Order: sequence, then structure tokens, then C-alpha cells
Amino acid sequence: MAPSVTPWWRNRRLIPWLVQAAVGLLVLVLVAFLLGNLVQNLAAAGLLLTWRWIGNPAGFDIAGSWLPFSADQPYWWALLAGLVNTLRVVVIGLIGASIVGTAVGVASFSGNALLRGLARVYVELIRNIPLLLQLVFWYFVVFLSLPGGAQAIQWPGVVLAQSGLYLGMPELVNGVWQAPIRLSVEFAALLTGLIVYISAFISEVVRGGIASVPKGQWEAARALGFSPLQTLRRVVLPQALPVIVPGLNNQYISLAKSSSLAIACGYADLYSVAETTLNQTGRAVEVMVILLGAYLAMDLVISALMNALNRAVQLRSR
Amino acid sequence: MPFSPRKVLRALPLLAGLVLTGCAVEGSGPQSQKLAAVKARGQLVCGVDGKLPGFSFVAPDGRYQGFEVDLCRAVAAGVLSDPAKVEFRDLSASERFAAVNSGEVDLLSRSTTMTLSRDAAGGNALSFAPIHFYGGQAVMVNAGSGITSLKQLAGKPICVTTGTTTELNLADRMRELNAAYMPLKFQNDGQTYGAYLQGRCVAVTSDRALLAAKRSSFSDPKAHVLLAGDLSKEPLAMGTVNGDPAWADAVRWIAYALMQAEESGITQANVEAKLAEAQADSNQADLRRFLGVDGQLGQQLGLPADFVVQVIKAVGNYGEIFERNLGVNTRINLERGTNRQWTDGGLIYSPPFR
Repeated sequence: MAPSVTPWWRNRRLIPWLVQAAVGLLVLVLVAFLLGNLVQNLAAAGLLLTWRWIGNPAGFDIAGSWLPFSADQPYWWALLAGLVNTLRVVVIGLIGASIVGTAVGVASFSGNALLRGLARVYVELIRNIPLLLQLVFWYFVVFLSLPGGAQAIQWPGVVLAQSGLYLGMPELVNGVWQAPIRLSVEFAALLTGLIVYISAFISEVVRGGIASVPKGQWEAARALGFSPLQTLRRVVLPQALPVIVPGLNNQYISLAKSSSLAIACGYADLYSVAETTLNQTGRAVEVMVILLGAYLAMDLVISALMNALNRAVQLRSR
Repeated sequence: MPFSPRKVLRALPLLAGLVLTGCAVEGSGPQSQKLAAVKARGQLVCGVDGKLPGFSFVAPDGRYQGFEVDLCRAVAAGVLSDPAKVEFRDLSASERFAAVNSGEVDLLSRSTTMTLSRDAAGGNALSFAPIHFYGGQAVMVNAGSGITSLKQLAGKPICVTTGTTTELNLADRMRELNAAYMPLKFQNDGQTYGAYLQGRCVAVTSDRALLAAKRSSFSDPKAHVLLAGDLSKEPLAMGTVNGDPAWADAVRWIAYALMQAEESGITQANVEAKLAEAQADSNQADLRRFLGVDGQLGQQLGLPADFVVQVIKAVGNYGEIFERNLGVNTRINLERGTNRQWTDGGLIYSPPFR
């Protein structure tokens, strides 16, 4: 048999490489074309990207900023203050939604028919109503209807008034509540809305995870004398977690993105500050780039953390 | 959809348009692309507020009404010889500039304060028509609150709509007073005034005329008072896209035609008679030029020769539009004040039509 030379177009190593290179080149050319067009058209409209404005004084105030902020500080500091406000609601929201979602998800497996039914009603009611409507409901119908001053709702250490939620030892001074921790009613409405909405989805993820554990595992645990709570904690949840965590990732990202609806209830988040910035400066494209970048970065960080968690729970179950 | 906090994402089509189109942005050529486009379409797309009594709102019969709506109709009458050929688009304060710059609307007639940065190419890049309303920013509080000055608002929540000059002026004035305050910002007026009426804010701030207009729609208008003293100058003007001077000229001179007609005593009722008078009497040079009997004023703008006649027939002169929508016989109950003709000591002044 004469040694035959494989023609290059049938080379199994070369061809896939060439295809990859061709596709890569095509993408590069397309991106370069689009960017070139963008720059050209922005230049034609006298709108070349510039970032000098970002150091100018913002000239507006931000209510309830965690970072110290006043109107003479620069735009970048204002945007940072907005980002911190967003992170605050996202972090607390993630924790709250996880707790409520897990509770509702577990409740849907309860032996108590009433509890099971309530969990189903909660999920179906909440997840089928748009979040925006729910935020408007929580803010305008619930929180803004709260009484103020001495008529405020008072529990030991907690006061819920129209002006906000006061924690610690709230005192009424000259008709105004004072307390070590004060959450504005805008923050409270947004947080409530996000937690309630996302927890409905999380509960479905948790329910799916628990349902994926074979029924025999429950029965075996019971046969060994485990209490229902022990069964859940020691046997079922460890096996359900590998199924739950990837689904949680989606819901966490969704919560972070949904927080941009904050302006519906007057909360000064990143989106709200960016919108004011956009209107003051007219730098629509630059502000959009910052906004897109910030939300992308935030979601990628959440994803990375959840992927790390996913690896951890996958290993442990083997 | 009454509430849409993501409306600013409407700026994205602008971005996408800039990315995807190979050719230059509309209206940047030497000829007016916008004027040609409006004529070819046979319809003017006009961006308005849509929820502001007196200025622009939808009346019970489903038709748009108001001062700024009439300005849109005037431009449609001048360009297309038919005031009905207008499509109105409701815009929020924050989406209005993107709507003009992306070409979504031909004309912005939405209580827009003329400022340097809104005019400049490096800012919002608008081209402004003549100022059609001289106003100022005011603060509205509950009549029973006992508040009579801005200083008393220190530390108190104040409701304001984002994307407005109002927002900045409030910050400036409070800084001058060295008074901390709490701005509660909302994306649309419905939410801003809703939060104020629910008692979340001690005060709400906007243009004095707009506050008066909004107050007229409250269930108990008498329970709210406007504080004396203006926070700023708020001259309102129509806006068009920057870089299409011919279109801007057409809009500018249609606005001036309204003012000149009032000065010349031409009204919706007598415009036909005035036209006949001008046609009959060749000595009335000013009137003949203004109404398009002589000269080429319309042609120079790219408009019909009789564009002034069409405009006045459609909506009346400046004074008639003002009295019909905002005047003392309406719910808004505004005096002409600084918006009188210059011949009466006001600021409304049209350059000569020649």
C-alpha cells in the first residue's frame, strides 16, 4: 500500500482550526464594523464619547445615601452612592428571599393541608403578577398608607411609620421618630416587593429540588427514627442542594436586575442616579455604558459565587 | 402602561441606530431632511406630556387638548395645511430628549425649559423655537402645614420628577440656604404627585404654571398653596433636533407667526376677512407679506405661501391659544403676566416678517 498524503481539506486537525479561525475573524470584523459605525455616527452628531464630565459636581442630592453625599460632589461619586444603595437592597434582598423562598418551598411538602395550600396560593398569586405592579402596590397602597407620628405601628424595639421603619429603641421627639437604625419607606417597599416576588420563584426551585430526592430516602430516614425536621436537614436537603443551587443562581441574578425598578417607589438606586445624571449631562451613551457595565459586573459576581457554591455542594454529595 | 421606570431604555434604540446605520444621522444634510420627511409622511409626530391639564392632556372626548397641543397643531397647519395631521406621543421628562435625537418625534412640545446645556451640541443637542411661555419654578405645600418659605423645608422630604431642571434648581436653592433636604425622585408626574398627595412629601416642586395646572386636577385644590417667590426662570420652548436648521427655522417662524398675528390683531375669526382686505388693498404691504399675498416668505422656509393663514385659521393667534387653554376663564386660571405682548409690557415679541 502506497503511503497516501491526506489532502489539507480532509485534515481532521486543520479543518476545525480553520473553521474556528474563520468564525472568530467574522465576529471580529462585525464588532469592528459596528464600533466603527458607532464612533463615526457619534462624531457626526457631535457626540464623541468623553468622560470628562464624570469629575464635575453632580449638583443634585441623593436621599437616603449610605455613602456621605452632597450636591457638590462629582458625578462618579454620585453613581457610586447609587451603586452602594443598589447593593444594599440586593444583598439584603437575596438573604430575605432565600429564607422566605426556602420556607415556602418546604411548606409545600408539609403534612398540613392548609399550610400546603397556602404555599401554593402564595406562589401562584405572586409569580403571576408583574413585579412593577407589586412595587407600586407595596409603596403607594401599603407603606404610604401607614399612620405617622404617635399613631405609628409600634412593637417593642420597632416602629413602622409612614416616614419609614425604625429599629433599635425608637423615640418620638417633637412628632418625629428617632432611632439608631432607620430604613426609609422607599427602601422598605422595594425590599418587601423584591423579597416577596423572588421568593415565590425560589420556593419553586426549592420544591423542585426536594421533589427530585427519591421517596425512598424519606421512608428510609423515617425507618431509622429521624424526626421530619431531621429528615429534611440531614437526608433530603443535602441531596436536593445540587439541584437547587443552579436554579437559585438564575433567581439571584433576576433579583439583582429587578432592583433597577427601584425608581417606581422613589428609591435612589444606581438606575435612578444614572437617569438623573443622563438628563443633567446629556451623555446618554456613556451613562448607558456605565449602567450596563455595573449590572453586568454585579450579575457576573453573583454567578461566580453561585458557581463556587455549586461546586462545593456537588462534591459533598458524591 | 402608566408606570414604566425603564423608559430611559428608550435611549437604546438611539444607540442601536447609531451602531447599525451606516449613513449619517437624520437631518444633518444641507437640505432639511426632516421637513421633507414630514411632508412625505403627511403627518407630524409631536412629543407632548399628555397628562398636564392646560398644556397637553387627553380631554373626555379622547382628543388631545392644551396650549402645547395647539402649538403642535399650528406647526402641522403651517407645514401640511391641515391641523389634524398630527400624531401625539406622550413622553416622560427623562425620555424626551432621546425621542427627539433619535427621530422618534419631529417636534418636542413638552413644557421644556430652554437652557444652555439642552441647546448645546455637547449637551442634549436640541434646537429651540422661540420661548412661548415665561414661567418660574415654585413650591406647593399643604395649606395647613404652616410652611411659608423654602427655608422651613430643611430636612423635610420634597417630591420632584427626575430629568427636569426643577431637580437641579431645588438642589441649588437649598445649597444657597445651606439647608439639607431629602429629594424623593420619581420618574413620572403621576408618581410624584401621588406620593405628595399621600403625605410622603411635605412639598412638591415644579414650574408655577404646571403646579397650578396639576392642582386644578386634585380633588381638593383649595387645600394646597403655592409659596411666593420663584426658585428659577423657566422659559418654555418647543424643541427640534440639532443640525437641521431648515426644519428649526420652519418651526421657529410658525411660532413667531402666532405672536405676530396677535400683535397685528389677526384672529381665528377675522383671518379670512383680513386676507380679503390684503388682497384688495395693495397698499397694505406688511399685511400682504405676512399673509403670503406678496413676497416669498413661505417659499423661503419651504412652506406654503399662505402658511400664516393656515396656522391662524387652525388655532388662532398666540393670545387666543393662551386664553383658551390657560387663561383666567379656564380651570387653570393664569394671568397673562409676563406672557403679554411687548406692546402691553410683556415679553412676547416677534421679529418682523419680511
